[in-house]
Amino acid sequence: MPMRLELEKRAERSRVMSLVSPLIAIVLTIVAGAIMFLTLGKNPWDTLYTFFIRPLADWRSAQDVVVKAVPLVLIALGLAVCYRSNNWNIGAEGQFTAGAIAGSALPILVPDFATGWTIPLMLLCGALGGMVYGAIPALLKIRFNTNEILTSLMLVYIAQLVLDYLVRGPWRNPQGFNFPESRIFSAAQRMPRIGDGRMTIAVYITLAVLVILWIVLARSKKGFEVKVLGASPRAGAFAGFSAGWMTLSAFLVSGALAGLAGIMEVAGPVRQLVPTISPGYGFTAIIVAFLGRLSPPGILIAGFVLAVTYVGGVAAQISLRLPSQATGVFQGMLLFFVLACDTLILYRLRFVRGPRAREAARGTV
Amino acid sequence: MTEERPLLAVRGVVKRFGDTLANDDVSLAIRPGEIHALLGENGAGKSTLVKIIYGALQPTAGEIRWRGDPVVIPSPAAARKRGIGMVFQHFSLFEALSVADNVALALPNAGRRKLAATIADVSRDYGLPLNPRARVADLSAGEKQRVEIVRCLLQHPQLIIMDEPTSVLTPQEADQLFATLRRLREEGRSILYISHRLEEVQRLCDRATIMRRGKVVAEADPAVETPATLARLMVGADVAGVLRPPPAMRGARLGVNGLDLPAADPLGVSLRDIRVDVAGGEVLAIAGIAGNGQAELFAALSGERLAPRADAVFIDGRPAGRLGITERRRRGAAFVAEERLGHGAVPGMRLSENLVLTRHATGDGIVRAGFLRRRRAATLAEEVSAAFDVRKGKPDPEARALSGGNLQKFVVGREITRRPGILVASQPTWGVDAGASAVIRQALVDLARSGSAVLVISQDLDEIFEIADRIAVISRGHLSEAMPAAEMTPERIGLLMGGAGEGQGRNADAA
Repeated sequence: MPMRLELEKRAERSRVMSLVSPLIAIVLTIVAGAIMFLTLGKNPWDTLYTFFIRPLADWRSAQDVVVKAVPLVLIALGLAVCYRSNNWNIGAEGQFTAGAIAGSALPILVPDFATGWTIPLMLLCGALGGMVYGAIPALLKIRFNTNEILTSLMLVYIAQLVLDYLVRGPWRNPQGFNFPESRIFSAAQRMPRIGDGRMTIAVYITLAVLVILWIVLARSKKGFEVKVLGASPRAGAFAGFSAGWMTLSAFLVSGALAGLAGIMEVAGPVRQLVPTISPGYGFTAIIVAFLGRLSPPGILIAGFVLAVTYVGGVAAQISLRLPSQATGVFQGMLLFFVLACDTLILYRLRFVRGPRAREAARGTV
Repeated sequence: MTEERPLLAVRGVVKRFGDTLANDDVSLAIRPGEIHALLGENGAGKSTLVKIIYGALQPTAGEIRWRGDPVVIPSPAAARKRGIGMVFQHFSLFEALSVADNVALALPNAGRRKLAATIADVSRDYGLPLNPRARVADLSAGEKQRVEIVRCLLQHPQLIIMDEPTSVLTPQEADQLFATLRRLREEGRSILYISHRLEEVQRLCDRATIMRRGKVVAEADPAVETPATLARLMVGADVAGVLRPPPAMRGARLGVNGLDLPAADPLGVSLRDIRVDVAGGEVLAIAGIAGNGQAELFAALSGERLAPRADAVFIDGRPAGRLGITERRRRGAAFVAEERLGHGAVPGMRLSENLVLTRHATGDGIVRAGFLRRRRAATLAEEVSAAFDVRKGKPDPEARALSGGNLQKFVVGREITRRPGILVASQPTWGVDAGASAVIRQALVDLARSGSAVLVISQDLDEIFEIADRIAVISRGHLSEAMPAAEMTPERIGLLMGGAGEGQGRNADAA
């Protein structure tokens, strides 16, 4: 008799598996990545070392990892609120861009305003910009029952085109030799630095948001509402929780955090508005959110893992001449394996001898 | 007779799901031309056995013989090919398509034009009148079942499996069905009839196999048994009846006063001019066949859907029609939803969290300053479990880990331990074993006798007669006048289920 694999439903979610499955996913990604590098004719060991170890090997590039992790973690925290409540915000990249634009309006339009209030105001504008932009797919969903996956995704391209128009047209730097860039922000319009690299106080802000969100999600009644409405909208309605309000507030929170990440990126490492302000943070944060189990501490760890692939990807591009798409492939495989491994949380694998059975997939009594 | 070769023999079938044995060494023989009852409580393993016979599940061990030859039935399609047909309890029909289209989907090789004529012929011959061009969504539950039966008959089965066929029928429709089944028996076909209604089995069946906890516990001749002896075999013990002291009726606590509510979706039911008062001290039951507006009525009473007017629903004399479910709970109302998993409880949440679901705003001290007090919730959940004998493997399991009966006891207990002034419960013992049913029914009666108004929406006439002081019947969104239970009979309820009471409302119409 042939052996076959069956998925068998567990009575409850496995606590062990919900911690182990992301690790399995990372291992599988590394194995699949090694195979990919082999077929590209590279030494898999060197490549993996360049990708995953070297970014952490010296202090300067480790700081770079932190700089990349900040927007990923911040955006993913907001996405976790969305995804836990069953709202599929795919457009964080657009909310990030909208926040960057809204926050940059102040230093670009009023360049002489340079006081201690400048940065707080810029951050506030950035968060509001992302919030407003995030409200659009939420309101469309509530009012017209549109699919928020499509609308939020399409709004990404709109935001990017608006940014492109602004830096080529009205907001272009008059002293910029016609490059599509805004003027460079002055010192008072930039995030205060910490350390000797490119890290800014964005690190502290991100950690503060993380702690607050962790407490709210785990302990508060609002966090409970998020969980119930995400798990079962009907049970949520029976509990008296409003799905519409939840959709709106989840998008507002995640829009605000993405927008905040956007302005902190522009007022931090980038220092001006340029056509491309993000290497896809808003999309990579989706992977961070899932790899981190939609929980704040998990997202912190996952944010670092993916930040490493960004920094390692650049290094591999330079020193090993790997195509720049290798980073994207890595991130894609990681998401794929995370989602696949999550099956193990509610199902266990079992080797069975015997005839082909159809019920295995259905898995119910 | 006993020497005759059985049409189908199941021998030593074992089916294991993880740690549970759904079927444990089950054997069963069905002779040609007999109606064979498969009796057992919910969870006894009947459905598993039937799915194995129909090829939808594969046994872990054991064999199936068809006309004496060992066979493997890998799929339902293979079962149909051999001559095994099945009529499911939950219809597998496309509501938006016509009767003929639905049948054609199961018979891909039949010519469409000829098919309509064949359907008309077969349905007439077997006393199952059907219009092949009618849209399935417009049919009653009884008619939908006829579509299923006709579709099954057109595949010329020798063995027809019927899973709880009368659960959706009026008593009159059930009589019609029995006539059809007897007719099929006369033609030499066999029927495996799954039920837990003893009276039906006695009227209809030639032999009975009784299952309990995955095992066959007895083979019986229904003609020589009594309902009491069959029940004892099925349950394994005598089941306590509900103690029902006479009601001391007080004033109306829940009032519904001319409630109109349009259907929320194209296949839903509109409520029309619903009027009913439930007094403190009484249990009022609303009978009716599934899909006649019960879900809509429950949503309107609970506040999941708001009534168009505030004075369409009264709670303790105050208009409540425009209040949401949380506000209605704050005013002393409590609700038990029909579906345990996914409506009344979240499957993946622990019992303590599921307790919070309906009690976060009812003065139990679970929420303080916007934060949950999990320990308080756990204590209350433990109280519910103790009061209602909820059996669970560990202190605070996820809801989905509980058996249906135990979860239902928790879901009902969660509301009753609040001592609500008004309780609205939909199908409170649906799919629940006899022991748990008895506990729940007794608790409902006790709550009423303590002065609360209890409204039970149920399709189970036995349950209704066991607990109700007054009975009303819902049919196509109309509610008949509530009558004292002593004046009601199953026949009378059957007539009302068929629409005889729809004229009572002020603006009742022919639709």
